[in-house]
Amino acid sequence: MSTLRYTKDHEYVRVEGDVAVVGITDFAQSQLGDVVYVELPAAGKKVTKGGEAAVVESVKAASEVYAPVSGEVVEINSELEGTPALVNEDPLGKGWFLKIRLSDASELEGLMDEAAYKSHVGE
Amino acid sequence: MRYLPLTPDDRTDMLRRVGASSIDALFADIPAKVRQTELPDLPRAKGEMEVERILGRMAGRNVSASSVPFFVGAGAYKHHVPASVDHLIQRSEFLTSYTPYQPEIAQGTLQYLYEFQTQVALLTGMEVANASMYDGSTGTGEAVLMAHRVTKRRKAVLSGGLHPHYRDVVETLGRFAGDSIKAMPADVRGEEDILGQIDDETSCVVVQSPDVYGNLRDLRPIAEKAHAHGALLVTVFTEAMSLGLVESPGAQGADIVVGEGQSIGNPLTFGGPYVGLFATREKFIRQMPGRLCGETVDAEGKRGYVLTLSTREQHIRRDKATSNICTNSGLCCLAFTIHLSLLGEKGLRRTAETCHANAVLLADALEQVPGVEVLTEAFFNEFTLKVPGNAAEVIEKLAEKGVLGGVPVSRLEPGRPELENLILVASTEINTDDDRAAYAAALKEVLA
Amino acid sequence: MSMNREGRGATAPEIHEVHQDHKTFTGNRALRIEEALLFEIGRPEVTGVDLPEPPKVAKRLGRHERKAPINLPGLAEPEAVRHYVRLSRHNYSIDNGIFPLGSCTMKHNPRLNEKMARLPGFGDVHPLQPQSTVPGAIELISELSRWLIELTGMQAVAMSPKAGAHGELCGMMAIKAALEARGEEHRKVVLVPDSAHGTNPATAALIGFEVKPVPARADGTVDPEEVRKRVGPDVAAIMLTNPNTCGLFERDVVEIAKAIHDAGAYFYADGANFNAIVGKAKVGDLGVDAMHINLHKTFSTPHGGGGPGAGPVVLSERLAAYAPRPLVVSDGGNVALLEHAEGGAAESLGRMTAFHGQMGMYVRALSYMLSHGADGLRQASEDAVLNANYIRACLQDLYSAPAGDRPCMHEILFDDSFLEGTGITTLDIAKAMIDEGFHPMTVYFPLVVHGAMLIEPTESESRASLDFFIAAMRDLAMAAKAGDTARFKEAPRYAPRRRLDETRAARQPKLRWQAPEPMAAEAAE
Repeated sequence: MSTLRYTKDHEYVRVEGDVAVVGITDFAQSQLGDVVYVELPAAGKKVTKGGEAAVVESVKAASEVYAPVSGEVVEINSELEGTPALVNEDPLGKGWFLKIRLSDASELEGLMDEAAYKSHVGE
Repeated sequence: MRYLPLTPDDRTDMLRRVGASSIDALFADIPAKVRQTELPDLPRAKGEMEVERILGRMAGRNVSASSVPFFVGAGAYKHHVPASVDHLIQRSEFLTSYTPYQPEIAQGTLQYLYEFQTQVALLTGMEVANASMYDGSTGTGEAVLMAHRVTKRRKAVLSGGLHPHYRDVVETLGRFAGDSIKAMPADVRGEEDILGQIDDETSCVVVQSPDVYGNLRDLRPIAEKAHAHGALLVTVFTEAMSLGLVESPGAQGADIVVGEGQSIGNPLTFGGPYVGLFATREKFIRQMPGRLCGETVDAEGKRGYVLTLSTREQHIRRDKATSNICTNSGLCCLAFTIHLSLLGEKGLRRTAETCHANAVLLADALEQVPGVEVLTEAFFNEFTLKVPGNAAEVIEKLAEKGVLGGVPVSRLEPGRPELENLILVASTEINTDDDRAAYAAALKEVLA
Repeated sequence: MSMNREGRGATAPEIHEVHQDHKTFTGNRALRIEEALLFEIGRPEVTGVDLPEPPKVAKRLGRHERKAPINLPGLAEPEAVRHYVRLSRHNYSIDNGIFPLGSCTMKHNPRLNEKMARLPGFGDVHPLQPQSTVPGAIELISELSRWLIELTGMQAVAMSPKAGAHGELCGMMAIKAALEARGEEHRKVVLVPDSAHGTNPATAALIGFEVKPVPARADGTVDPEEVRKRVGPDVAAIMLTNPNTCGLFERDVVEIAKAIHDAGAYFYADGANFNAIVGKAKVGDLGVDAMHINLHKTFSTPHGGGGPGAGPVVLSERLAAYAPRPLVVSDGGNVALLEHAEGGAAESLGRMTAFHGQMGMYVRALSYMLSHGADGLRQASEDAVLNANYIRACLQDLYSAPAGDRPCMHEILFDDSFLEGTGITTLDIAKAMIDEGFHPMTVYFPLVVHGAMLIEPTESESRASLDFFIAAMRDLAMAAKAGDTARFKEAPRYAPRRRLDETRAARQPKLRWQAPEPMAAEAAE
């Protein structure tokens, strides 16, 4: 999947037209352990690259998820509300967090590709 | 010293094992210029007998509630607590255990917290309750902060029937947290227009019932108006026993219910420790402050309990926590839970009915005293008495005659001339015909 | 994302086969008796309290009488006693054995204190009965204040805060009030080292301060140079725990205080670890402006399964005027309880709780102090520090101490580097300790150390108790290094419960008992 991009903070972005699907990587979910809750922003919220976009909670820890790109949140994955385990089971698929309409597509260029991310996490 | 098991020989041997030349070598990190060389200027160690003598003398200077006709309430109430309650809470395994962070060896604490949460939810008519706050007043402060988180607004309206000390606690917290707190003026007869205060910026309305002046309030219209404006209704009670006889706040549309639980299981103890009860709707649990106990299973599939949803709390969220609270009122929860288990629905109802009946009889008796008027129409076990004269002086004179007759409103709301002849009078199941007769007679003499 | 891995230890345990030689019919195992919930054994028509028939009166409840049942179960007294006694036996407690929970000071709770708190003159007095009827209660608060002020060398003490975190709030509000009085509301930053208790940043944030970290040296202590670099006209205060949560005294505390004061800021000290230095150093001499004292730690009031606590706050001259109401003030022989903004309480920051604070805890704490006296209090601190160092000296060849062989204060911090390559974690060690009959130490705190294990024995342990604990801890470390993984991964095996599924509890929160369906239907009829 050539459209997958990663941050060094373990978020991924999958670009679908002018919309970026954002979630956390398989490496991240394996490090966090069982995800028990995901706090998502309301659709319509404007986020800026590097700013807090969501919070993912395991039993005894809460981690902030930063927006990998700037833009408007156009959709959130409401499935996660009832089934946070999707983040562990299928982080790149059904475990996505939110969709952001890109306000500046050039921000994508600063993100890592899969090979770079793999080397970043030491695989 | 009877509490220190090490002997001088132990200390010498242990220092050798540690490789320290003296005990002070272990304190070497304390800079020499601030290290204390002299003993503090305080008395030396004492045996049990001497300590008992000193503290016994201090205790002996106070008039205890059981020793006189007693009618003081206004946020703390004298009830009969069965002997087994105090015995059970002094079980070593309850008294000397810590917060149940290791659930495998703290199921005793966790199970009673689960029972406590369930009892509080049932009593208040709410869906969930936490494992307690410090007391009713700090719980009210936390409820306002929670309402601000839920509504993302920062303007709270406090009823003039809210206990003035609770109001002060909320105002203090609000002032420092940068929130707007609109407190209504003292509302002795429950006539304020609180509905007119609710608008689209209101985060919550805080209403006490029975209120500090004793009035039972109709919460439904306030809930309706608050909800129509996207605000929450926070209801407060200071007399938990009232929930046995009056309609629950949950049934009337409350979003957060807080109250003082001292009445059930806990002694007066000059104001603390008490136990704050805190209940809400399930949809708000992630915004709740305080510890929560939840059911789960262990590795063998057996039912067990753990502290849960801890990501709300300070030890994990640090500066993003829902509250800074850590310690709760564990042992006071236990006393509450045991007493309420002993009462059950039947005993609670009967106690509450007795409280109410005794208060009605008291109101009737005091109204016979010339010039005295009961201002409260619908009440549970406390009402406002208007006397011809300065209430604080009347209460002092009653005390001289051996009757603790209530709280002058001026003690809670100083500097308000229109309140200076009002007394808050409470009665519970402990009061007898003789108590009432003594009060009426003493009041008549004092006012004569 | 901010990857916080601290949740790792709590993932769902594997369901094991039940390792029992013999299953009992009841599920009980001799003295270990399973106990159902109150709601499964109680009945609404049963009561354990006999009261006479209420007097017949015309009710004055208006339209407010409850009509719906509550469905509260009741128990007869023998049932209630048995229920709660059985539950109690599912708990570990100090009275059972060593409770080395770092930063929590689980010391012996003298029973004399319980007896004193129950004297009718203390336990059975109302906070709002006339002050003229409670001079002894006010005297007790005044006397306890005198002890706390003398032991800390501070100017005043605010007694009313209900627990440690409430005390922190009191101290930080006093600082904010002092800044406002100086017209310096713009000071918004509070410096908090990463090793601090979570309550510190939570408290600062609660009243609108912005929390900024201060880095620690490798040994966990704070470098005054790092503080100096960070203090400026925007800084309101530093919050520092001393001795710190790594069990070390901040040896540069006087310089840190100077750096803070030079910049016009205040020094809040978290007094959770005061037990290490009572009679050895006065915090007033260290430059502290406010410090809460956990009476339920240092002064032995019982923890009671998580509370109640009490958190009086000692204040420097610079903050004394802002102490919350009510306030007990002593002027020569005259003691007064000020409830309103008057006299000595005119500049008070306001009210923090409905009444006068945790009187029941004050009586217990004063009983403890009178029993120990100045000499016994100092001895207690010395013994607490000696006991911790003794454990350090006897374990440091097998466990890894980040501070090396430097003496510690009243608690010793190890990390998990000695477990490297074993597959065994700090949590596993803790759970194996349970099987050996101990309460585990504090684990995974402070956050600045990997896999932290913080052991605080307190002065209450005898030499024999320490030696027994040390022997067991040595055996565990050796077993871990020898690869006896099963002993750890399956622990605890002998506790009332095996490891609990915390993931399930958090994913599908079940926070109260609900009647099973058929019963619910019945209740609705």
